[in-house]
Parts: sequence; structure tokens; C-alpha cells
Amino acid sequence: MRTIFSIMIDAVAYGMVLFIISIGLSIMMGLMRVVNLAHGAFAMIGGYLASYALRDLGVHYGVAILIAVVGTILASIPFELLLYRRIYRKSDPLIQVLMTIGITFFIIGIVNFIFGPSLKPIPLPQTLSGPLDIGFRMLPTHRVFVIACGIVVALALWLLIEKTEFGIKLRASVDHSDMADALGIRTEIIYAATFALAIGLGAFGGVVGAEILPIEPFYALRYMVTFLVVVSVGGAGSILGALSASLLLGLADTTGKYLAPEFGDFFFYLSVIVIVFLFPHGLFGKAHA
Amino acid sequence: MSDIAVTHVPHKRNIPFAQEAAGALVILALGAIGWFLYPDDLAFLTRLIGIAFLVLSLDLVTGYCGVATLGHAAQFGVGAYAAGIACIRGVSDPVALLAVGLCAGTVMGLISGALITRFRGLPQLVLSIAVGQLIAGLANKLSWLTGGSDGLSGIEPGKVFGVFGFDMYSRTAFVFSLGVLVITFVVLQRFVRSPFGLMCRGIKDDDLRAKMIGVSIYPRLVVMYGVAGAVAGIGGALTAISTGVVGLDSVSFERSAEVLVMLVLGGAGHLWGALAGTVIFMIFEHIVAAANPFHWMTLVGLLLILIVVFAPRGLIEPVVLLWAKFKRKGSAV
Repeated sequence: MRTIFSIMIDAVAYGMVLFIISIGLSIMMGLMRVVNLAHGAFAMIGGYLASYALRDLGVHYGVAILIAVVGTILASIPFELLLYRRIYRKSDPLIQVLMTIGITFFIIGIVNFIFGPSLKPIPLPQTLSGPLDIGFRMLPTHRVFVIACGIVVALALWLLIEKTEFGIKLRASVDHSDMADALGIRTEIIYAATFALAIGLGAFGGVVGAEILPIEPFYALRYMVTFLVVVSVGGAGSILGALSASLLLGLADTTGKYLAPEFGDFFFYLSVIVIVFLFPHGLFGKAHA
Repeated sequence: MSDIAVTHVPHKRNIPFAQEAAGALVILALGAIGWFLYPDDLAFLTRLIGIAFLVLSLDLVTGYCGVATLGHAAQFGVGAYAAGIACIRGVSDPVALLAVGLCAGTVMGLISGALITRFRGLPQLVLSIAVGQLIAGLANKLSWLTGGSDGLSGIEPGKVFGVFGFDMYSRTAFVFSLGVLVITFVVLQRFVRSPFGLMCRGIKDDDLRAKMIGVSIYPRLVVMYGVAGAVAGIGGALTAISTGVVGLDSVSFERSAEVLVMLVLGGAGHLWGALAGTVIFMIFEHIVAAANPFHWMTLVGLLLILIVVFAPRGLIEPVVLLWAKFKRKGSAV
């Protein structure tokens, strides 16, 4: 019972980290149809910035998160203007894969040149580091914090996409970009805003999830596949899909590692193959022509 | 990448197998340059040849069939592990080991082809990654068979044809690999111009149209994957034989990504492009990565972005255009 409970908490926390990082990628792939393998690289920039802000500038954890998110979005602007704009919606996946792998390598090289190639710890503030007493059991506070962050992100995104004007325009652009354009929606602004949102979420997830997915020099390469897999299993552009896929894969991975540590990755990728083979557009995705 | 039309010139029946012979001679000449100018780097050159097989194999599925894959190292790794395991269990003839690698690669190619080519676009990409990672996970965990993260070591193949033993300067390994490369390359040159190869090109350029004229696409792609797996398996077995170890890096995601970079650098859809990309990439990596791995990553990233933006058909394209022009001029006279 105790084991099951701790597996569950770890699995849900891990799933939430995956969700926060991948949801940005999922929205991007749903709207711009860009297979962005460089998403993890932007999360890594966020992690490096937060680590720098916390350890060298000595600011508060919340401020560090803000610095990381804003800094990463600023750093991503030239990439959007010069590169991503070319591959929105039109190129075939091979071109997108190659360009975004190129961007990933480039970012890894530059970031490690600037900040130095070492593990970047992101020290937690006092309030988040200890255990949390929830009455009948002690939980690690950080895990609870991460899960709360995930829920808040999911709700906020749902409100943004379903209830605001921006959300309406975004959904219109997803469904029929040319028609949205013809009706006077400035799709390139929608694209740019969505890109910034996606990158910002990635950076946020990178920072709050640093306890679970540690920020290290090859972070972008190591988790590149994981994020893409989450989106593919969930279905591009679906919040519910990304959430359920994150939790499902988090559960598969964590359970596999607890119960059969020697076959951890194996179960993860086996379940991915089965799911993608049965649902090629993801659990909650729509088929795009 | 879908607009390469195959210009079929009904060429005059002159010397049979002229193109194949030219190909073989060029590779042999390049090999001779390597042999005489860099006698100390033969081990590196042998490794380069091993990777060249993997890039050629990737070219068959990506360049000729338009399948986007990031898990192609699986075929290479399975070939390498199969040859290594066979060698440790007592098969010592290098040619037999190559055959083992070839068979293992083919089987792996057919399996992954059956999974991967069912879909197009994102599901295809993700399945290819997942298959690659599955193999990597297995190679890591089945340590009683593969040596796990320590790698498989102690591969000591016997003499080639019972005469030429492997030496520490990799001389035999280099010549052996070069010979196998020449044979494979010539066979592949024939193969991609066979009706089957041309049909695969047709499927890549317009799969709907291919379907309309009555081609069943899926079995063809699976068979092509099997052939690609055979080529990759030979490369893996060669690498295992010549280096004596098989590590987890031979099935890693990084390896898959790297060979895709090499292929696109040289030019997908041309066998020469695959070779050129391998040579350029590996030599640069040999020089720059030794100095600083992160500068190397920055450089590769930049190079890849530039290639995709300015020369999406690879560095071989200007050469091909020049060659076509030259030929046309020749036939007009």
C-alpha cells in the first residue's frame, strides 16, 4: 500500500512535469504543424537561466522563475523570426526535424559555452523543500507543488483557449488557417503569440521540474524524444490529450522503474509503440489532412 | 523534398557496367589516398567506412522512399551485436560474421519497416524513435547477452579467407572494409536503378499517384526497409569486427540523429551524397570534436540550419546539376 502510494505520487508529479513542458509543444504542433524537436532546448535555457539567477544573483525562487520564462522567450524571438516562420505548416516533417535538431545542437553548444558544461542545480526555497503533512501521510512538498502547478497550467490554458477571444482566434487558425486569415485574423500574430506561450511554458516546466528532470548539459537531447512522444501519444493540440498522455506515460515509466528497474525504458517505449500503432493521431488528436 | 523528378535518359548501350566500374574505381582511389596519406588514422577511416554503410542504408529509406526516421541505428546496432555475439560464441570467420550481421540487420529492418512505414508524418517519426529506443533499452538490459552498459568486448575474429589476420594498425580491417564497401556500393547502384528502386522513388514523389496506378505501397516499403537493414547490418558487423567492441553508442538515439545529419549534408536521394556526407561530417568531427565537443555541437547545429535553409538537397546537388549539364552537352555534340 505504502509502495503503491509513493509510486502514485511520483508518477503523478513526473507526469505533471511532462505535461507542463509538453503542452506548449502540443499546442505548437497542433497550430503550426511544426515537429519542434528543439522544445527541450528552450526548457533547458529556462533551467540554466533560473539556476544562474538563483545561485549567482541570489534572487527569490519566484523571481527566478519569472526571469527564466521571460529570458527564454526573449532568447527564442530570433529563432522564431528567422527560422520557425519558414517551416510553419508547409514543409515536410524531414525538413522540420532537421532544422529543429540543428537548433537544438546550436543551443546546447551556445548555452554550455556561456554557462559552463556542468549539472545546474536549482535550489528550492525553504517552503518547498521539506515534507508536507497532509494529515494521514507525509508528502514531499515539491511534488505537491509540481502537481499543483500542472493543474493550474491545465486550467489556465483551458480558460484561455475556450473562453477568451484569443482562444477563439487560435482555434479558428488551427481548424482552417487560410479561412481565418481571410476573415481578418492576423494569423502571423497568433502564431507568434502561441510560439511565445509554448516556449514560456516549456521554460516554466523546465524550472519547476528540475528536481525530477535535472538540468544538465545534454538535457535537450536526453528528453527531446520524451516530449515528442507525449505529444504524439496525446494527440497534437489537445490539452486533455497531453494531460492524459503525460500521466499515462509517467505512470508507465515510474511503475516500470519501481517494479522492474532493469526494464524501465523498455516498458515506456513498448507502451508508446502500442498506443501510436493503434491510435496514429494520438488518444485525443484529430486527423489533419 | 518531394519534387525530385527522375529524368530518365534512354542511354546508348555502350560499355556495360561502366557506371558501376566508375563507382568502384572512385571509392578504391579514395581508399588508396586514405591508405597512403594517413597510415596512422586507418582505425578512424575504418570506423568511417562502417558508418558509411549506415548512411547508405538510411539513404535507401529516407532518400529513396521519403520515410522520416530517427531510429535507424537500431538496424546497425542489431547487426553489430549479432556479429559480436556470434564471434564470442565461436564463429570466427569474418565473412561468416558479415553474413550474420546481414541476416540480423535484414530481420530487424523488416520488423521495424513493418511498424514504421504503416504511417506517414508524425506517427511514423515517433514510431521510428520508439523502435530505436526499444532496441537501445534491450541492448542495455539484456546484459547477459550484450554486456549491457559495459559493452560487448573480446571480439576476436579469425583471418580473412584464412590468410590475412587483423593487426593493431587496422590495415587488414581497412582493406577488408573498403572491399566490402565497394561490393555493396556497386550492388546498390544497380539496385536503386532497378524497376523496384525506381518504383520506390515514385512512391516517395507521389504516393497517391503510385497507389492509383495499382502499386501496393506498404509491402514495397517494408521490403526496402529490409534491404536497408541488410546494408546497415553489414556496417554494424564490420564495425564490430574491426574495433573488437560493440557499445551502447551503436544503437543510441544520437547515432540515429547524426547519420541523418550526414545524409542531409551530403544529399538524400543520391548514393554519392550519402558517401560524401559521411566523409565530410566524420572528418570534421574528428578534428573539431577532439578540440571541444560543445563547439562541435554549435558548429553542427549552425551547419544543419544553413543546409536546410539554403541547400535543402545537400552539398551533392550542385555537382549533380553540373554533371547533368556536362552530359547533355556531350550528347548534343
